[in-house]
Amino acid sequence: MGCDRLDVTLLTIILIFYLSLLAFTAYIAWKRTKTAADYMVAGRKTHPYIMAMSYGATFISTAAIVGFGGISGVYGMGLLWLTALNIIVGIFIAFVLFGKRTRKMGHKLEALTFPEFLSRRYKSKFIQYFSGLVIFLGMPLYASVVLIGMARFVETTLNIDYNLALLAMAFIVAVYVIFGGLKGVMYTDALQGTIMFFGMIFLLFSIYYLLGGVGQANQALTNLTPLLPAAAVETGARGWTSMPSLGSPFWWTLVSTLILGVGIGVLSQPQLAVRFMTVKSNKELNRAVFVGGIFIFLMTGTAFIVGSLSNVFFFQETGQIAIQAAEGNADRIIPLFISTAMPLWFAYIFMVTLLSAAMSTLSSQFHVQGTAIGRDVYETLRQVRGGSSVFIARSAIAIAVAIAVILGFLLPASIIAIGTALWFSLTVAAFLSMYIGALFWKRSTKAGVIAGMVSGTIVSVSWLFLVFKTSAEALGISQFLVGTPTLIQSAPWAAVDPLVIALPISAIFTIVVSLLTKPPDEEHLNKCFEDI
Amino acid sequence: MELLGIPDPWVWGAYVLSILGVLICVFYGILNWNKGGDDEKKEILEELEWEKKELEMEEEELGF
Repeated sequence: MGCDRLDVTLLTIILIFYLSLLAFTAYIAWKRTKTAADYMVAGRKTHPYIMAMSYGATFISTAAIVGFGGISGVYGMGLLWLTALNIIVGIFIAFVLFGKRTRKMGHKLEALTFPEFLSRRYKSKFIQYFSGLVIFLGMPLYASVVLIGMARFVETTLNIDYNLALLAMAFIVAVYVIFGGLKGVMYTDALQGTIMFFGMIFLLFSIYYLLGGVGQANQALTNLTPLLPAAAVETGARGWTSMPSLGSPFWWTLVSTLILGVGIGVLSQPQLAVRFMTVKSNKELNRAVFVGGIFIFLMTGTAFIVGSLSNVFFFQETGQIAIQAAEGNADRIIPLFISTAMPLWFAYIFMVTLLSAAMSTLSSQFHVQGTAIGRDVYETLRQVRGGSSVFIARSAIAIAVAIAVILGFLLPASIIAIGTALWFSLTVAAFLSMYIGALFWKRSTKAGVIAGMVSGTIVSVSWLFLVFKTSAEALGISQFLVGTPTLIQSAPWAAVDPLVIALPISAIFTIVVSLLTKPPDEEHLNKCFEDI
Repeated sequence: MELLGIPDPWVWGAYVLSILGVLICVFYGILNWNKGGDDEKKEILEELEWEKKELEMEEEELGF
């Protein structure tokens, strides 16, 4: 967007103002960081507004707004199921059912990271370093795709060299994460979340105003149904305001990868779960539900509604549907819409909104990788506790940033969706059964949850590498081994997300092995579940 | 049946459900605004003890 109508002065003022605010916030966080608990769980006395905004802003990356917004330009409003899930599962269930127990139990167990929480709940060092490793090995790809998305965006909007943009962004985030720890991450998240909040609310009202109101705009989108591309209709699409045919490849992608993958995946994200341990009581979580619900609706709801309705706008202006106007690249739909439909000053504000979305996700990714190595792998293996974990975590964050930057130089642009899907599938498969067991099922045993975690990880990784079309084709392992792009060619398997296969397998292993092994000792359970 | 210009109930259902979800979060937050803070004092004391322990360990291991 914007190269043809660029106001350098306005843009510079907005950027400098944003970066100064960021620097000031980071400085306050750094001043307030003294102990390991400050560094890892923000001292456990976080304000509910900061907690909720930080949770939301971390959850919502640029990929969610630009990537998924663009995808809804292709798949339509059916994607709003993801918004519904994000609010009901990602906020309400996550905070009220998972969050309160995690907070309480995390406090009793004196846990500072998500792997540490799980490992102390089941008294198993293996759980801590295995999950620390899953995080440290799986996350760089996810972090680098967020970085790539952000750098590509800065490149196209500001005409800044991609490599320079990548380095500058990584450096800014690295500084405040390394020095400020989780306080640095959460304070800046809250600032960035607030910017995102206003950016998106303006966008939502604008699009409905522009197209003549809710009913009229949606009706206009329904009227475009005959313009669906033939290829989409063949694979099951039935319009932007109708769900695809049940069981078609279009339906499987929409439902299993886009809606379920991200909608359920949110529950077992280590960088989000650790936030429940940052508040001092359930009162803060109750208040955070209020803020979080509104925030997530404005983020994903706006992105999906605007993505879908951009079809109407582009059709009225150019006679083309969104994906045609964006020359076949779904990632370009939202930026193109902003630059053609909205005033210039908003295009710049929106750019800062997207920078905020990317930076807030990235900062938590770096932080959780650093603590995974410092606290979960290094300390657990060396049998020390407390002490040097902050020092090691800081060094590990620097390494994590370096890895993300190197991957950012090496990976192709098309990796963004794959990287995100891979991470969500992996974490759900590895952690969700164990996390649910830890909070709700006293009979779950150490052996049971380890069986679930290991089987889930193996199945999920194998499915991603060998069967799931999007990733298996890109990696080429199946092509190399058996000569076909994916191991199972018959429909619908290649379009089925790894999560649909790996989660049930991991759950079965967890349940069966738990029931076959000796129940955990009463005393430890009483400590974990005290006051719950 | 059509709602808000959307013909498929499976799609306007998601639209309505999203808004209902927000309302649930809002009302839950308001109704429980001051609830759940009973153990706060006790827990903060426990945290302070624990922080002291961590600082001592850090001094022992790193010498600062």
